[in-house]
Amino acid sequence: MSPAFAQPVTPPARYANVQLADPAKEASARALMETLRCLVCQGQSIADSDADMAADMRALVRERIERGEKPASIRDWLIARYGDYVTYDPPLSGLTWPLWLAPILLLGVGGWIARSSFRRRTR
Amino acid sequence: MIAEAGLAALWFAGALAALQLVMAAIGIARDRDDVAAAVRPVAIVQGLLALLAMALLIELFLESDMSVKLVVENSHSAKPWLYKFAGAWGNHEGSMLLWVTILGLAGGAVAIFERSLPERTLTATLGAQATIALGFYAFLLFSSNPFARLNPAAADGLGLNPLLQDPGLAFHPPTLYTGYVGLSVAFSFAVGALVTRDVGPAFAKAMRPWVLIAWIFLTLGITAGSYWAYYELGWGGWWFWDPVENASLMPWLAATALLHSVTVLATRDGLRAWTIMLAVVAFSMSMIGTFLVRSGILTSVHAFAVDPERGAFILALLAIYIGGALALFAARIGTVRAGTTFDPVSREGALVANNLLLSVILGIVLIGTLYPIVAASFGVQLSVGPPFFNKAAGPIALLLVAVMAVGPLLRWRRDDAKAVLGRVMVPIGATLVAAIALLFVWPGVLPWAGLSLAAGLAVASVAPLWKRNLKRTPLFTYGMVIAHLGIAVSLAGMASDSAFTQETLVAVRTGEPARVGPYTVTLDGIAPVIGENWSALEARLTATRGSSERILRPQLRFFANPPTSTNESAILTVLDGQLYTVLGQPDGQGRWQLRLWWKPFVTLIWFGGVLIALGGMLSLLGRVRRERRATMRTQWA
Repeated sequence: MSPAFAQPVTPPARYANVQLADPAKEASARALMETLRCLVCQGQSIADSDADMAADMRALVRERIERGEKPASIRDWLIARYGDYVTYDPPLSGLTWPLWLAPILLLGVGGWIARSSFRRRTR
Repeated sequence: MIAEAGLAALWFAGALAALQLVMAAIGIARDRDDVAAAVRPVAIVQGLLALLAMALLIELFLESDMSVKLVVENSHSAKPWLYKFAGAWGNHEGSMLLWVTILGLAGGAVAIFERSLPERTLTATLGAQATIALGFYAFLLFSSNPFARLNPAAADGLGLNPLLQDPGLAFHPPTLYTGYVGLSVAFSFAVGALVTRDVGPAFAKAMRPWVLIAWIFLTLGITAGSYWAYYELGWGGWWFWDPVENASLMPWLAATALLHSVTVLATRDGLRAWTIMLAVVAFSMSMIGTFLVRSGILTSVHAFAVDPERGAFILALLAIYIGGALALFAARIGTVRAGTTFDPVSREGALVANNLLLSVILGIVLIGTLYPIVAASFGVQLSVGPPFFNKAAGPIALLLVAVMAVGPLLRWRRDDAKAVLGRVMVPIGATLVAAIALLFVWPGVLPWAGLSLAAGLAVASVAPLWKRNLKRTPLFTYGMVIAHLGIAVSLAGMASDSAFTQETLVAVRTGEPARVGPYTVTLDGIAPVIGENWSALEARLTATRGSSERILRPQLRFFANPPTSTNESAILTVLDGQLYTVLGQPDGQGRWQLRLWWKPFVTLIWFGGVLIALGGMLSLLGRVRRERRATMRTQWA
């Protein structure tokens, strides 16, 4: 949502709402955009937001992909600039390892509980 | 006067809830059957009083009484009738009143219809129900009074968030709340059974319809919410792993697990402690959902008012109920005898696997949702979104689909592994055929696995009907078949959408064509349109595919109260998918931005959701009919 009748003062950057000509490059740009958070929105990625800032970030991602930059390096650049908050795919770090370990841990503990209950039941 | 009458009704309802709790406690602790007998009528009247308060609030919104603070802050006299009506719960206070109304009515329904449970257990159940209601009445009366007056009265209201001005709003909150409340009834049954040490098949049979009702409504609520996000937000996405969406998904996951474990308890008298635990977890999830959505800890269309005091109040309720239930569980679970035994290769074994995998997915969603909130309280800003949930929960969900395909083909108690292999040959064949065929159009790993497993599950889910007398097959078996088929259909839609969607973003002049998927879309022109409380710029698009030609009219809509603009997408639904069109901003040089998507078979997602709910309804009907017949038989005998 934007204020009524709001028109951007400067027209949005070229690639904000225009796809890259190369479908493979557009696909990798799209995949990256879906993992980047629109910093001024309520829980939306830059791939699906009307906000001006999201448009600028889309343009930035597409321009850099066009120039041949790898998605991972664009992501790292954005994280260096805006912090971990900008990515929906939290990088593994001292703070996020419990998060990434949780699924395996849950599966292990759950499996152990279920298995031990079977063993007791089947004698 | 209406506002004061509403407040009085609310106070009386709260007082009756307190009375209901005290009488249930005396009835059980002192073995006073005469006191316990009065609990039922009190529960009924309490529900009716809450309903009266809700009806009076709706009346205030309908007549746009601008001396009531809530109406001023959330309504406007020029709003269409439906949004005045539904606007009564399109805000914090009103939605909490709706919560407690549904809770009260559910308690009344238990009091009227439940006849098979021992009277003591029922009294304890209604006592637990009154305890939950009491907390919410206190919350409404002390920190969220919906009937507060405004002096002097305002000239007119501030209006309703335009995103909420949608027919979906009329049904979405009541649907989800019925789901949440259904789980609270299941929780009350579990507490009742623990208090009277009566955990067994009879209790499971009494609880099951409520779990089913909750599950049906949660399924419908999630399906409708997903479609709302899809067409209203205007970017073609249907699930964002947003905390608010997760808040509805977590109770659903718990309810799904509970639904399956309660069946084991009711038919085989197994999984006693686990079923009780799941009932506690399911209700906890609906409380956590309410807390996340209502406390203002998350900003979204659902967080109407950010007020730390309210958040603290709900958090305190959450802690009291869950902590109390867990303490009771710990104190009493030792007295619950282990249920009957079974082999790992059996229907029960598959249901244990179902419960395990659902619980793991639930754990992942819960941790992923709470992690950023906890991190933020330590001063660290981070985001957890779709990439995490897809990577962490996706593979486990696919494993669950495989278990779901095999489970219904297993016998109760024990089965022979070789015989099972023979029974699952055909579904495995279907999975392999789909998997190999899809290699030629490689859609990516998760969609590939999803589509292949969906094919296998579709075949496996109807397999329980093979070689059976279809007329004598019980209704609840049909329910299971249709619900599982619904999962296959929905999964196929999700995988197809993420694999085969085509996107075209263009800026076009009038008459300039754009291509997306099998369609050529031409902008015929832009014209202004006026609605009841909005104005809009409307594009006329002609979509051509072969010889067929269809008109679509996406809008850029402007609301005056409060001032906002929204994109109203225009969607063309055909048998093999949807053409999704959105009108964007003009570029100042005569070109208009268009966003076009071709989404093959995307409608299967929600069609599957409706099938799942339909399966639940058939199951509910079948179970209730059988229980009633059984009760009648025992009365005749």
